[in-house]
Amino acid sequence: MSYDYSKYLRKGKIPHIWCPGCGYGIIMKSMIRAIDSIGWEKDDVVMTSGIGCASRLPGYVDFNTLHTTHGRSLAFATGVKVANPKLNVIAMGGDGDMTAIGGNHFIHACRRNINITCFVFNNFIYGMTGGQYSPTTPKGSRATTSPYGNSDNQFDIAQLAIGAGATFVARTTTYHAVPMEKLMKQALEHKGFSIVEIIAGCPTGYGRKNKLASPAGMIEWQKEHSVAIAQWEKMTDEEKAGKFPIGVLHDVEKPEYVEAYDANVGLS
Amino acid sequence: MAKQVKFLQGNEAVCEGALYAGCRFYAGYPITPSTEVAEILAARLPKLGGRFIQMEDELAAMAATLGGSIAGKKSLTATSGPGMSLKMENLGYGYLTEIPCVIVNVMRGGPSTGLPTGPGQSDVMQARWGTHGDHPCIALTPSTVQEQLNETVRAFNLAEKYRMPVILLTDEIIGHMREAVEMPEPGDLAVVDRKRPTCDPKDYLPYKPEADGVAPMADFGSGYRYHITGLNHLPDGFPSNDGKLAQADEIRQQKKVDDNYDEIVVVDEMMCDDAEILIFAFGSTARSAKEAVQMARAEGIKVGLFRPLTIWPFPDKHLLKYKGKVKRVIVPEMNLGQTALEVERVLKGSPEVEGIFQIDSEPINPITILNKIKGGK
Repeated sequence: MSYDYSKYLRKGKIPHIWCPGCGYGIIMKSMIRAIDSIGWEKDDVVMTSGIGCASRLPGYVDFNTLHTTHGRSLAFATGVKVANPKLNVIAMGGDGDMTAIGGNHFIHACRRNINITCFVFNNFIYGMTGGQYSPTTPKGSRATTSPYGNSDNQFDIAQLAIGAGATFVARTTTYHAVPMEKLMKQALEHKGFSIVEIIAGCPTGYGRKNKLASPAGMIEWQKEHSVAIAQWEKMTDEEKAGKFPIGVLHDVEKPEYVEAYDANVGLS
Repeated sequence: MAKQVKFLQGNEAVCEGALYAGCRFYAGYPITPSTEVAEILAARLPKLGGRFIQMEDELAAMAATLGGSIAGKKSLTATSGPGMSLKMENLGYGYLTEIPCVIVNVMRGGPSTGLPTGPGQSDVMQARWGTHGDHPCIALTPSTVQEQLNETVRAFNLAEKYRMPVILLTDEIIGHMREAVEMPEPGDLAVVDRKRPTCDPKDYLPYKPEADGVAPMADFGSGYRYHITGLNHLPDGFPSNDGKLAQADEIRQQKKVDDNYDEIVVVDEMMCDDAEILIFAFGSTARSAKEAVQMARAEGIKVGLFRPLTIWPFPDKHLLKYKGKVKRVIVPEMNLGQTALEVERVLKGSPEVEGIFQIDSEPINPITILNKIKGGK
């Protein structure tokens, strides 16, 4: 029996703005199933986003939704969470939104270990503005602003999050829709700052410029280049070249920010 | 019963006013000369069940302040010029999305780091036009430590009533001076809370104004699920690309303020009835101007002080009474003539505006103003 998404969708707001072949619909559906599997009341869920293709998602789902300014998803989310910690706060954004213009908010949300779940949609490109290179665009790749190939080094979003102090870090791809739902559920239920980086295809902004225009081909690429973390750990550096690990990359316990603050200042 | 009188610093009085008004969330970033506001609220808020957070930067501080308000808490942030420049992005978001909050700008000089951290009044036009796009603006300019407290309460009330960010535009001199302050008892000053919806959640339209031009605002998590976006939006909160509707909504927001001039604009007019010379001064400069007016009056010169406690919206209606009536208008300010431009706009040459503009990081001395009064044009 197929899953019925209608309880969570703002049906009047569909069709969405995403291009044919975009991976973001897969992410939205996985996210809905993950939230549903926990059973949170819709009234208790807040979703924040910044600016970009990924950040349009909250407009389509029936929660308390906050579409903010470019890069500031986590900064707004932090205000909401600290002012009312009972709310389940989910912040999302794309690779440019979260790690370029919003990079400072990203690392500090990780550092605080505030109980927010962050979903980073990583499609290696600024899609909404038409395909400029982002902090995750692979070196050598073409973008409208790297007509000779990208000179920049890449961020590894998951490693950045681990280094900055996030306590749950996972990575998945849009090929892995079912494991994605499970990882999202784990992230949402984790106490502390959790992130899931989702590798997604942008046939329009990235694929066209890099001979990967077919959406199916981009999903195929994700399947071929991703390696489950258990297997990844047994591989040699030579075998790892050009590939990336997926699954739960980091899962530790540390005091949650608001709980620690409240205990520290005598708020019960 | 005699009122309790405390000897308070200006920034401390802002905190007292904020707590009196019901502020229970502060997000900020350290910057002189506003930092005492953060330091004091970091200590005080938890005692009242509120929370304080020091964010990673000024943009985040403004964003979190708005987030706190969306979650239902009266929220404050404080900064100074360089920080105010950074807050502009999310301040604009607050205007477009109609989120109540109070931003304290303890003005210093500029641009950039300037002369840290002497006094200045150079952020008058920034307060009005600093963020991109057209929007309404309320900015209050206290001159005394007592007014720091009272005007902070009023700033929260206006923010809550008109559902918008309100700026307390003070300066380093008043922020750091100490004066006796009469502490208000509960009930002495009005405290306004935002309108919240009472309708069935399925009928809630977060941007459908009532007769007063303001729509009720639901706290996130209170059962009214809705969408907030920095895109121009329809009454249901969802984005629309209809330029005509966007224009109508921006005009509606501007009218929230324009139509309520009489409630929002407060001006202290001292010895203005028979004045032949009008001094237009706000904030700490108004203190020097008051002294100069008193000295000139002692010499029999008919001079009065026009002191706006609301600088935005500009006190056009109050000022127009003097158009063609007074012989001279003098505008002393610690900038190169920002407010003087507005006075000129209102008086249209009747009379010409004379300025005393100073950006040397020193207060304008009463004698400087007195000399201008006595020196003639």
